Amino acid sequence: MRVMALVKRILRQLVRDKRTIGLLIFAPILVLTMLYFVFNGNDYIPKIGFVDVPEMITAQIDTDGAEVTTFKSETEAMEKLNSQELDGYLKFEGNNPSIVLEGSDPSITGATMKWLQNALPKPPQAVELPELQIDYLHGSSDMGQFDYFGPVLLGFFVFFFVFLIAGVSFLRERTTGTLERLLASSLRKWEIIAGYVIGFGLFTMIQSTIITAYAIFVLDMVMEGAFIYVLLIILILALTALTLGILLSSFAHNELQMMQFIPIVVVPQVFFSGLFNLETVAEWLSWISYLTPLYYAAEALRDVMVRGAGWEAIYPNVLVLLAFCLLFIAINILVLRKYRKI
Amino acid sequence: MNNSEVCVSIRNVSKSFGKHPVLQNINLEMYEGEIFGLLGPSGAGKTTLVKELAGLDEPTEGENFLFQQKMPSLQLIKRIGYMAQSDALYEDLSAKENLQFFSELYGLKGQKQAQRINEVMELVQLSGDTTKLVTNYSGGMKRRLSLAIALLHEPELLILDEPTVGIDPVLRKSIWKAFTDLKTQGKTLIVTTHVMDEADKCDRLGLIRDGKLIAVGTPKELKEQTNASTIEEAFLAFGGAEQ
Repeated sequence: MRVMALVKRILRQLVRDKRTIGLLIFAPILVLTMLYFVFNGNDYIPKIGFVDVPEMITAQIDTDGAEVTTFKSETEAMEKLNSQELDGYLKFEGNNPSIVLEGSDPSITGATMKWLQNALPKPPQAVELPELQIDYLHGSSDMGQFDYFGPVLLGFFVFFFVFLIAGVSFLRERTTGTLERLLASSLRKWEIIAGYVIGFGLFTMIQSTIITAYAIFVLDMVMEGAFIYVLLIILILALTALTLGILLSSFAHNELQMMQFIPIVVVPQVFFSGLFNLETVAEWLSWISYLTPLYYAAEALRDVMVRGAGWEAIYPNVLVLLAFCLLFIAINILVLRKYRKI
Repeated sequence: MNNSEVCVSIRNVSKSFGKHPVLQNINLEMYEGEIFGLLGPSGAGKTTLVKELAGLDEPTEGENFLFQQKMPSLQLIKRIGYMAQSDALYEDLSAKENLQFFSELYGLKGQKQAQRINEVMELVQLSGDTTKLVTNYSGGMKRRLSLAIALLHEPELLILDEPTVGIDPVLRKSIWKAFTDLKTQGKTLIVTTHVMDEADKCDRLGLIRDGKLIAVGTPKELKEQTNASTIEEAFLAFGGAEQ
């Protein structure tokens, strides 16, 4: 009953704070939308120059998918390359083609190379290979980067914002002295933490539903599994963020110090959560991923959203997240002993 | 006064934070139904002492007893109303919402809750401002709301840390009247203050300086012992003897 009083108060404060609600709901939506456009934008059209390319060859080149300009001399092309109006140029010395690339942006270099390799006429092959038949165990040929990163990003934004808001609101409880007042009533320490977990938990449930539904139905993020599993994973992840935020707020004296935890605690999780391929991470560093809650959430979310897996595939990860959450709760109750021994 | 029951008993209490001693061997008894004032400059250790009595801190040495039982104990905490130096209010909620929240923590519900909220708000003269957000309260109003919250669950013992800081003289007078009213209802009040003229209104006083209890007695006794005309002079005389 006393826990419910706390829950009611937390929800009341949240509802009154329109800006925070906006941050918790619309900021993830905004960022996910922007990422959607960044990842799913049109393919880059390379700007390519031809210098002394024999007519016999230009005739064979399909100039679709690139902006081709012909130059009379290499110096002219070089000038354009220097001023970044050109991504690369193709020149012929006798029968030997060579390419000069601008080369400062790897993704542009890649696109230019890819186009050139496809466009240049190949020597006729002796045997025509039959077209390769491609089958996908998961995903499909039209699955983009956004679909693969999406589940991780979804988890990350929920984690980040809940961590911050919960941490700051518990910090305020401490600095304004209301925590002391709560403890001066006969409220038990676990009741305080329980109130926070339930109060923010309820709110997070609404928040995750909105954000996830937006990502799946509006941004068309790939969704092979059941919506309810996604919600479950995100909710537990949010509770982990909440309890971690509360815990770290005990080591901050003000809001700015709470912010200082972001580069130390939140940002590294991104790198070890599977946004980048973990198998390429230096081996002596890769153990870090096992310490980051986001890693387990991302893994489970990807299982559900990309691979269409069900409970039997995600439960180990979900249990680990739950264990993190319980561990943080236990430490929180211990830390509160600083304010009242019993 | 001395034939009433002992309400608070502080026995050989010392407290240090690291190597820094804050309280040194304090022995003190307070009786039921009195207003006991703890007087001393800031930094003397008043807050540390009352926090121990409220169950929020523990002595490094010695023991505190409330109602003949050892502190800290959750059962005893329920019988105390504690008002800290900071106002400890939720500024984004209205006064009424603050009161509702804290009364629910003490298990007050429905009719009884509404009635207690009305009573305490009348006592601190804030009845007209219950629906205002606390952010819009002045410093003095916040102080009074904080006091009202401490009174909600009708505690037998009230521990008030600097209750009248930032309150103008007229209101201060009315708050002290509320204290005497509570006293006549049989409550015990412990009030810390560094304002000397408030000390005169207490039944008994404990003078604290540098973590030591330098004198205990009624304001009249203290003045007579030192041949002083004011508490301030008496305090200086006791403090001077110490040096």
